[in-house]
Amino acid sequence: MENAVLHVADVHKSFGGLHALSDIDLQVMEGTTHAIIGPNGAGKSTLLNVCIGRLAPDSGAVVFDGEVITGKKPYEINQMGVVRVFQTPEIFPDLTLLQNVLVPAFAKHDGAFRFNAVKSLQDRKDIAEEAELWLGDVGLAAKKDLVASSLSRGDKRRLELAMGLVQRPRLLLLDEPTAGMSRHDTNSTVDLLKKIKERGMTKVIIEHDMHVVFSLADRITVLAQGQIIADGTPDEVKGNPKVQEAYLGGAHL
Amino acid sequence: MTRLSRQDSLFLLLVVFLTLATPILLQPFPEGSSLAQFNAGYPDLMQRFAIYGIFAMGFNILFGLTGYLSFGHAAFLGVGSYSVVWMYKLLGFNVVPGLILAVITSGIFALLIGYISLRRSGIYFSILTLAFAQMSYNLAYSVFTPLTNGETGLQVYGKDPQYLMGPNSPNSPHFFGLAMIDSVKLHLAGWEFTFNIGYYFTAVIAIIAFYIALRIFRSPFGLMLRAIKTNRTRLDYSGVNTRPYMLTAFVISGMYAGLAGGLLAAMDPLAGAERMQWTASGEVVLMTILGGAGTLMGPILGAGFIKYFENIFSKINESVLHDWFGWLPHGVQDFVVAVINPFVGEGWHLTLGLIFVLVVVFLPGGIMEGFQRIWKAFGRKSVDSSAQTELNPAE
Repeated sequence: MENAVLHVADVHKSFGGLHALSDIDLQVMEGTTHAIIGPNGAGKSTLLNVCIGRLAPDSGAVVFDGEVITGKKPYEINQMGVVRVFQTPEIFPDLTLLQNVLVPAFAKHDGAFRFNAVKSLQDRKDIAEEAELWLGDVGLAAKKDLVASSLSRGDKRRLELAMGLVQRPRLLLLDEPTAGMSRHDTNSTVDLLKKIKERGMTKVIIEHDMHVVFSLADRITVLAQGQIIADGTPDEVKGNPKVQEAYLGGAHL
Repeated sequence: MTRLSRQDSLFLLLVVFLTLATPILLQPFPEGSSLAQFNAGYPDLMQRFAIYGIFAMGFNILFGLTGYLSFGHAAFLGVGSYSVVWMYKLLGFNVVPGLILAVITSGIFALLIGYISLRRSGIYFSILTLAFAQMSYNLAYSVFTPLTNGETGLQVYGKDPQYLMGPNSPNSPHFFGLAMIDSVKLHLAGWEFTFNIGYYFTAVIAIIAFYIALRIFRSPFGLMLRAIKTNRTRLDYSGVNTRPYMLTAFVISGMYAGLAGGLLAAMDPLAGAERMQWTASGEVVLMTILGGAGTLMGPILGAGFIKYFENIFSKINESVLHDWFGWLPHGVQDFVVAVINPFVGEGWHLTLGLIFVLVVVFLPGGIMEGFQRIWKAFGRKSVDSSAQTELNPAE
C-alpha cells in the first residue's frame, strides 16, 4: 500500500570543501507529512534545492514517482507536481495578490507554455475563483487587489503558501512555512496544513518550530552537517540521544 | 467568447474617437494666425503620429511588460520598409501585399535575433540587440546592396516589373485604388482641416494594433509577461517555461515594428538604411519611457510628443522669436531671443532632452503618471479608487 513518492538516492553535494550533503538517502511515502529538521547549516535547504532542480547534485539522483528528475529543468519538475514554497518570499512584488496566485494557477492549467492571449483573464473565471479560494484559505482574500510588495513579511509567507497550494501539487516542499509569523498566524497555518493533509497531499516540511513539527509530521528525518543522523516516527526521534546532542551542539555554536 | 470589460470598451472607443478626430483636434488654430505654426494637423505629421504610435505600442509589449530593453528595434522597422518597397517593385503600388510581407519578414527576423539575444538578460540582452541592429544597418549599406540599393535607398524605377499594375492603377502607393496622398480639405471659417487617405489608412491599422495590444495586456499571456518583469526566477519554480514567452513577446513586438516600417514606405515609397540606425532604436525607447512604459496609452502619447517636437518645435527660428517678442523694448527683446533661441529650432533636441530628464526624475511613470497625479489631485479621493489606480498603473 505505502509507496515512496520521492526517493532521494545517495545524493552528495559539496560547495568547495564543504560537504553540504553526504550520502543522503531518503524516502517520502505517499500521503504523509515528512519533516526534515536539524540545526542551521545542516543542509536542509540544499536538499530542497536539489529536489526542485535549483542545484545539481555531485552524485546520486532524485526520483519522483518512479522517474529520475535530477537534470530536469525547474519548470519541468514543477509541471510534474513537485512544488516548493520558499523560505524567503519569492513572490512577484509588482503584481497584485490575486495575480501572484493566478500565475502558478495558469501554469498548472495551461502548462509550461501556451500562447493564451486569445481569451482575456476575465474569461477564465474558473481559474480566478480557484485562486481566490486559496487566497481565502490563507486568510488573504480581503487583500487580493493589493500590490504584493506592500504586504508584511508574514503575509508574504502566506501568499507564498497560496501560490504553492493553488497548483494542487502531488508533493509540496515547504521551507520553514511559519518562520517570521506570529503565534496566531502560525497556528492558522498549521491548521491549514492539517486540512491539506486530509486531502491526501504529500508534504516535505523543513521547520525549526518543534511545536509545528510534532503537530504535523508523520515521520521525521534529522540532518546535521550534511548527514542523516536519525530517521523515524516523531516518538523515535524525540528519544534519540544523537538528535539531542546535535541540537545542543547547534545551540552552543 | 472573447469580450472586453466595460472599462476597456470605453477606453477603446475613446482611442477610436481620438484617432479618427485627429485631423480636427490637432488643428486648433485658424489659418494665418500667429499660432498656426503649432497646428499639427497636416497629413505627413499625422501619419507619423500613427506609425510611430504603432512602433512604440509594439516596443512596449516587450519593454513595458517584460522589462527587456531592446536597443535594436529599428532593424525591424527597416526590414518592414524594404519589404514594402520590394512589393512595389515586383507587384505594383497596392500597399497590401507589401504590408503583409513586412509583418512576415520582420517576424522571421525577430525570431532569429530574439532566439539568440534572449539567451542573455539585462544589459547583455540590450547590447546583443544593438549589435544585431547595427550589423543589419551596416550590411544594408554593403553586402546587401542588391537587396537594399545601398546609400541611394530602395525605390521604384520605371524598369521595375510591377506585374500586377493595371493600366488604370494609381502611380503612387494606394489601397485598392485609394491613393495615400489624396486628401479632402475642408475650410470652415478661418480653419482648414485636411482629411488624408494615407492618415486614415494608418489610423485604422493603428486602432487594430491597439486593440491587439489591449487584448495581450488583459490576457493570461500578458500576465506571464508582467510576471517575468517582476521576478523571472520565480516563474521557473512555478512551472512556467519563460523562454518561449519572451520569444513570443519579442516576435510580436518585432512584427509591430515591421508593420510600422512598412507603413512608412506605404506613405512615401522609399526605404533607406538610415531607418535601421541605432538612433531610431533609441528614439522608440525614449517614446516609451517618456509616455510611460507598461501603460497602454503612454507609448502612443510619447511617440506623438516626440514627433510633434521634431516637426513643430524645430520650425521656430530666430525671426519667429523676434516676431513673438516684438512688443518688448529692443535691447530686452534681443536678450530674450538670445536666451530662448538655443532651445528651439535646431536646438529642439536640447529641450526634448531636458524634458526627458525632468520626466525620468520626477515622473518615472512618464506622462501617464503625470495624468494620473492630476486625476488624483482633482478627482475622487476615495480609498477605493486610489487602490484601483495603484493596481493598474496608468491604464
